[in-house]
Amino acid sequence: MAGWTVHEGQAVVLDRRDVDTDQLIPARFMSASRAEGYGGFLLHDLREGEGDFPLTRHPQASVLIAGPNFGCGSSREAAVYALVDAGFKAVVAESFADIFAGNAVNNGLLPIATAQAAQIRAELGGDTARAHIDLGSRVLTLGSSRIDFDLSDTAQTKLMNGWDDIDLTRAYAGDIRSFRDRRKSDHTWVWPKA
Amino acid sequence: MGTGDCTVPGAGLMQTLLDKLWAAHEIRAENGQSLLWVDRHLVHEGSHHAFARLADRKMAVAQPELTFGVADHYAPTRQRDSIADPKVQVMLDRLDANCRRHGIRLFGLGDPRQGIVHVIGPEQGLTLPGLMINCGDSHTSTHGAFGALAFGIGATQVAHVLATQTLWQAKPRAMRIRFDGRAGPAVTAKDMALHWISRLGVGGAAGHAVEYAGEAVRALSMEARMTLCNLSIEGGARFGMIAPDQVTFDYVAGRPFAPEGADWDRALQMWQTLQSDAGAVFDIEARFRMEDVAPTVTWGTTPDQALPIGSCLPDPAKLDATQAEAARDALDYMGLQPGRPLEGTPVDQVFLGSCTNGRIEDLRLAAAVLRGRRARVPGLVSPGSMLVKQQAEAEGLDRVFRDAGLEWTASGCSMCVGMNGDLVAPGQRCASSTNRNFRGRQGRDARTHLMSPVMVAAAAVTGTLTDARPLLEGRI
Ligand code: SF4
Repeated sequence: MAGWTVHEGQAVVLDRRDVDTDQLIPARFMSASRAEGYGGFLLHDLREGEGDFPLTRHPQASVLIAGPNFGCGSSREAAVYALVDAGFKAVVAESFADIFAGNAVNNGLLPIATAQAAQIRAELGGDTARAHIDLGSRVLTLGSSRIDFDLSDTAQTKLMNGWDDIDLTRAYAGDIRSFRDRRKSDHTWVWPKA
Repeated sequence: MGTGDCTVPGAGLMQTLLDKLWAAHEIRAENGQSLLWVDRHLVHEGSHHAFARLADRKMAVAQPELTFGVADHYAPTRQRDSIADPKVQVMLDRLDANCRRHGIRLFGLGDPRQGIVHVIGPEQGLTLPGLMINCGDSHTSTHGAFGALAFGIGATQVAHVLATQTLWQAKPRAMRIRFDGRAGPAVTAKDMALHWISRLGVGGAAGHAVEYAGEAVRALSMEARMTLCNLSIEGGARFGMIAPDQVTFDYVAGRPFAPEGADWDRALQMWQTLQSDAGAVFDIEARFRMEDVAPTVTWGTTPDQALPIGSCLPDPAKLDATQAEAARDALDYMGLQPGRPLEGTPVDQVFLGSCTNGRIEDLRLAAAVLRGRRARVPGLVSPGSMLVKQQAEAEGLDRVFRDAGLEWTASGCSMCVGMNGDLVAPGQRCASSTNRNFRGRQGRDARTHLMSPVMVAAAAVTGTLTDARPLLEGRI
């Protein structure tokens, strides 16, 4: 996966709260392999149900502005694949479900949690705005407004380098081995007997 | 709700159950993240993305003896010998091939122990107090009922566990939810969960590990504790846990993969230390009284949109702007009239099963309501595991369900998620013992009402959302 530091794109509003992963990608699409591309599955049923859907109107958008508790529900990482394959680089919302936020970072998608999300949604409505994201300085510029966002150092490193955790963890192989050996000798009951 | 009692001298030295479990698994801590050791890793058909990542990197599974495969999400509940849907067959074959290639023990379709991952882990004694347990499924919090550190992970993390047997994780904050008093008739762990989630909201426990405590939690059976912990994620918590006690130890003893002899003694010694110290400080404390908990049903499209069965549906006109919009949307999707009583709403079908409520006690309670009665609407009963199915049949419960007119099938996730083709048709209303009432969860445009198994049985008998209490009276 390629890392990124700066992104220029277009923001679009999905004015809904609690957008769960069952909506982001209905279960029936999840047997596809990633190579087939997940972009077409993104919010599939919601999109079809509503004629004038913002994502259909602005297919080139790459920054999604949504409501609180985005990505709640199942741990299905396919929800992130659908967003990424549809061209999204970031989602802005008041809050994210924990598993979703972790999955996002592992796939190069930036979750920006900010209380300003509501205001942005109100201002933008059905329009789009130019979005500029600088991961290095943790700043999102949207039209003329500047939003400083929080991002852990780990998430920043991973997004900028395109790393997932396996790359980071390899450095600790020795620690892991000795932990395992200690656990095995101190807590013999942990290893299943059958 | 208030903060913890901070007046206890030396409170800083007191540890929560979360602290103890975390410390026992921490290999390293760096930049606010801990590298944690995984004791049990459970994989299912949906883990195919993770295996593909491993294959891309040409990596092996680090600890196959701590990894277990289960066919559940796509498991057909009927006609297992000739699977009609080629997609389902592909998913099952892929899991089989991946487990074979990496030397992972698989509870596959033909195995008499097959079932839903969160049912068979405990059933087989793979789930033990003090372990860290992970699975690419958000309801992994179920296993926390044993005093284990158990949480759901995404595909990239599944690949990470496969490759390293570890996970990077930021430690959540600690939250304690207490239930005081005793449960009334027909009030179950499902109602306790829907109650707290409806009070605190779907994000109410986000970023927190929930420990359940209080008299009513102690009084729960192991199976009911699993139901309570299972639903933690629906309130935003990835972790739900209960300190192990004699109920836990009695449940675990003698299970196929559980420790024995000297190992058992050593384990027990350790397990007995797994409680939050008196005076340990929680970031959030919430307290509920059992007298306020009634049989509860969801009316909307998120699990916090739930009410006691005797209530009226919300009226968006009387809510504040943000809530009103969500309520209007939900009522519209659900095809419900604002302000009308919840009870008496006609349902089209029922579903009994899932990792939330597919265990033997759930089936017994539902059967108590259904015995000698006919269901007015069609329905599906899918036991949580094939061993639960066997047990239910030995007790004659299958007869009760069949005589009532419900379909009795094999075990799998089934209509909880519909991946195997067990779907609720568009516009149909289903009384369901599952865990998510999201739009489209049980099938496109399906309308889901979450409730306990005993309430599902009552809905079957009357064909409407019904208070189960009168129907259960004198029967248990
Ligand atoms: S029964 Fe439902 S919630 Fe449980 S593991 Fe299966 S799909 Fe997930």
